[in-house]
Order: sequence, then C-alpha cells, then structure tokens
Amino acid sequence: MRHVFHVKIGPIGFRVGSDWRQPIAQLETLYRDYPEPDDGIPDFSVRLFAARPWRRFVRPAVMIGGDYTIPDTAPLPLSLGLLAAEMGMNLQMALAQRRYLLLHASCVERDGRAVLMTGISGAGKSTLAALLMARGWRLMGDEFALVDPETGLLHGFPRLVSLKNESVAVIEAALPRARFGPLQLATPKGDIRHLVPDADSIARMAEPARAAAILFPRFGFEAAQRPVLPSETFVRLTQASTNYVAMGERGFDALTALVRGVPAVAIDYPDAATAVAQVEAVAA
Amino acid sequence: MSALLLVAALRDPPSVTALDADGWTALIGAARAEQMIGTLAYRLQGLPMPDAAARILADARLSADQGRIAALWEAEMARRALAPLGVPVVLLKGTAFVAAGLSAGVGRSIGDLDILVPRESIDAVEAALLAAGWEWVKPDPYDDAYYRQWMHELPPLIHRERDRMIDVHHTILPLTARVRPDASLLLADSFELGNGLSMLSREDVLVHAAAHLFADGDLAGGLRNLWDIHCLLDEFDAPGFRDALIARAAHHGLAREMARAVRLADALYVPLPLAGGVRGGLDVSSSALSDTSPPAAPPASGRGARFADRLYRRRLLGRDGWGVQRRKLSEFAFYLRGHYLRMPPAMLARHLWTKWRKGYRPPG
Repeated sequence: MRHVFHVKIGPIGFRVGSDWRQPIAQLETLYRDYPEPDDGIPDFSVRLFAARPWRRFVRPAVMIGGDYTIPDTAPLPLSLGLLAAEMGMNLQMALAQRRYLLLHASCVERDGRAVLMTGISGAGKSTLAALLMARGWRLMGDEFALVDPETGLLHGFPRLVSLKNESVAVIEAALPRARFGPLQLATPKGDIRHLVPDADSIARMAEPARAAAILFPRFGFEAAQRPVLPSETFVRLTQASTNYVAMGERGFDALTALVRGVPAVAIDYPDAATAVAQVEAVAA
Repeated sequence: MSALLLVAALRDPPSVTALDADGWTALIGAARAEQMIGTLAYRLQGLPMPDAAARILADARLSADQGRIAALWEAEMARRALAPLGVPVVLLKGTAFVAAGLSAGVGRSIGDLDILVPRESIDAVEAALLAAGWEWVKPDPYDDAYYRQWMHELPPLIHRERDRMIDVHHTILPLTARVRPDASLLLADSFELGNGLSMLSREDVLVHAAAHLFADGDLAGGLRNLWDIHCLLDEFDAPGFRDALIARAAHHGLAREMARAVRLADALYVPLPLAGGVRGGLDVSSSALSDTSPPAAPPASGRGARFADRLYRRRLLGRDGWGVQRRKLSEFAFYLRGHYLRMPPAMLARHLWTKWRKGYRPPG
C-alpha cells in the first residue's frame, strides 16, 4: 500500500492503506487529534485499492478490502474515498469484532450515565447524538456501541459522525464551530458529511460508562413515549447486533444482563428539538 | 513476505519474541488471510508479546472456541437429519479434526460442514437434508447440472435458519479428474467416533488432505491445509506409518500428491535441528525456508519434483504485509492448473467459456 494511516478509535486500532493519497490525507486531517494504535499494532487493517493497476489513474474506483471483507462489494468513486475508508473500518468491526458485543446504536454520556439510541436507518441516531453533543454530552459514537461482556460497561467508538441528507444542515447550524469533512454528494446512502467529535469526546474516548437508558427513537411521528419490556428490548437488540450470534454464550450473557439492568423507552418525535428534550428527560 | 512470518511463527513460536510492531501487524494480517489466526493464537499462547498482540490473539482463541462449538453442533444437526437413513456419515476436514480431538483442530477455523456418504445413498441424503431445512445455494441451472453430473459432491446446501453450508461428498475428487480415488474403501475403513458420526482412517484423512491440496483446485488456503497435514503426520507418527501412508495413497492414485504434501509439510513446518547454536526457524530470511528441505523430509522423486516443490512454495508464501496475495501470475497459473487437473481440456474450455459468458472472471 502506497499511503498508510494509523488511528485508534475507542479501544480499537486501525491501519488504513490506500493506493491513493487523497483519502489518507482526509483521514489524517479529520482524525488528527486521535491517538495511534496501542503498541503500534492495529486490531484491523483496511485497504482501499484499485481493482486493476491502471484503475489507479483511469476512472479511479476504490475497492474496499481488509482483514475481513464481503465478496462483490461495489467500488466507490475516488471522490468518496473517505466514505470508503469509514465503511471499511465499520466492516472490520461488523464482521470480526469478538471482544465486545456490538450494538448498532449511537451513544452519548453525561455524569457517567450512558444513553444508547438504536433503531432503523433514518430513525435519527446520528443526528440525535450530534445534537446532544452540542448540548454538552460526551459523544461515544454514532454507529456502534461496544458492550464489554466481562464488566457490562459500554465502550465508546467515537469515529467520525456520519451525517446524512437533511441532518447535515441541521447539525451545521447547531455546531457552527465544529470541524466537518467534505460534503460527499450522491453516495449510496445519499448526501453525507462527516463531523469530527468534539475535543472532550476524543480526549475521553478510552473512558467506558455504564448504560443508564436504552432508547428506540422514531422520527416523523407525534411526540410520544412508552416503556419497552426487557423481552422486547432483547429481541430488538439481537437484531441490532452484528456479532450477537458469533459471540455465542458470551453475547447472550452480556445482552441479557444489559436488558435486565437498564430501562428501555420507545420515543416518537416530530422534530429534533422535541427529541432532545425527551431524551434528556428520560435520562435525567 | 508475511506468509513466511506466519510459517516461522507456527514452526518456531518463540521466534515471535523478536518481532517489532510492523512484524506483528504483518504476521496477524497473514494469519487472518490464511484463516489461521486461531491456530496461531493457540500456538503462541503463553509467550511474552505486546499487550495489543496478546489481546488480538485472545480474541482469536475465543472466536475459534465458538467456531468449534458451532461446527460440532452443525455435525450433530446433520447426524439427526440423516440418522433414519442408517447410512454411515463420515466427517471430513476441520469438523472431523475437532470431533476427534486432533491437534490439527486446535484453533482451526471451520467454515462448511463436509461429510462423505455412500454414492448410492446420495439421493436419499439430499432428500433428508432438504426435509430438515437445508436449501439450495446455487440458483444457476448450469451450476446445478454441472455439480450433479461431474462433481464429487452435491451442489452446496445451506441451512435456512442456521445459515451454515453443508457439502455432501460421495468421493474426494471430481469425477472429471484424472485420478479416481477408491471411495468405497474410504467408507469401508472409516470408523465410528462414538457419537453416531464417523471419520476416515488415519491414512485416508491424510490422503484426502493431500488430494484437496494438490489435485483439486488452485492452492488457495494451502498453508492451512499443509498445517493440517503436518499436525496429522506428527500425531499419527509411528514406525512404518509413512510407508503405509504412501502405499495407501498409491492405491487411491495419489502417491505423488501425498509424497509432495509430506515433503512440503516437513519443509515448511518441522522445526530444523539445532545447527551451530542457531535455530533454523528463527531467521525467516535464511535460506532454510526458501530453498533447502530439512533432513526429516523424504527424498523427492527427482529434480523435476524439486523444481515443482519450489513453485508450490512460491505460490503458498506469496502474501505481502497486508495479507494480500502477490505474484498474481503464479496465482492465475495455479487457478488454470487447478481446472486443468479437474477436467479434460475440451471440457475445461467449454466450462470456462460458459463461465466467462456468465460474467465470472478468474483472479489475476
């Protein structure tokens, strides 16, 4: 690999190699305040490479590879190289992470109490997490929350927040002084702009927290909320986990302990301000 | 080349204490690429190493342990589905190793469940598996017909709930291959593991591994296959065993492949004896791994075989520090060779032409 970048996000070290300079330069800028992997040994490697040597120059298309890959992943244009790198890192986690139970959720923390927010794509996980960060919460991540089966604690994974479509403008307005990546138009997931977590979230990313609430937000409905029983929470979280089955008994134990000990609430909201108020009320 | 690091670490675990951060990264990358990270993790357990490496390898052990449970459970599911038929169900490859508690199974990654059943029962086996929740993977009629007419196994089936594949073999090489192993002898000499499932005889386990490695396919996953062979040879070692092994392989028409497998397994994985106070495995750049065979290896049959061994070694060790297969030409050559061994030229041409039209492109 011609260009290489090392970074540690939460407890996980990555190495990203690329045939092109551009995605690595963007990673270096956006992740400049993050540490290096422990002992210089990354947990996972990601490769951004050209399918054929000449495709480095002619109609460059970024293939996503790494320690673990899924076959037939479609390449992205070089202008979306940063997105490809982020997808590559997520892919390693989704396919191979076994130390922690992974929950597809965003996570924020205040006073040692972490709030997990999970739901289908478009439910507002990333937007809510970024808005709460704007209000002084520590951002622990917007993609994966990591449950340690030994301690039950949540570990942060505060990579760049992936803002999509309408939420880009909402968050730009809410966090005018934040650092953003380039606006990437017409990606497979719509328009995307990456947000760099604030200094406090990065500085304290190695600090785990205990879950205080599990929320299932839903955008586009009248404001409402209802408690969710542990049984339903358990089933919904097994579906929100990429490695629950692969973790076997450890995953089962970690998840049952989580849903037994932590209250869960389904929240419907019509707009961001309402949602933030609901979350803060539930977490109080 | 990081595959050399992997080989050195497996044959001489203490050699890893000399690795720096980049060395560890390359070693882990190669082990993952070869699907040997669990094997490596068990092999290096207890050695001093950086915390980050220890953590990664501890995860790999947990993962391999879970994989072992899942593989044995899958075998049990197949046993229950096939029990009413009263036919022998012989476990092959990784599942057989873990079911029999062999050292080759320690930390081994196991993907599909491979079983061998009598050819005359194959239709009944297929029906029983379909009834028990397995489904076809290959929707393509050409592929399906190809498997049924020419292959040594049914088209792969996958279980709709557990998402695990089963490969049902009735012999160990495609029917189109030049070599026709004695499938009825494989079954006749298989033995019960005590759980309602069977495995091949000691010699046949090795013959199958050698057939899989050298007579069927393009050597992808070859380092793991050779490690299996090394572990099995080591475990079954007894006076006369290797002679009996070659004789058995000759009966199946696979003497040349078996001898090559033994030679390469010894050359790559058997630690060299102490010489001048330096252990051969310590220095991966030494010619020990790249050129000469250790004294333990049986004599090769002539210079041609030696030359071929070197090509195989080149193919097996061609990974860079990112776990990527380099030497694309050699990979492509072995891809063609794998197909050449599988079927006569005219048939091969027809097959590749059909595949090409359907959009499949070989690596390279």
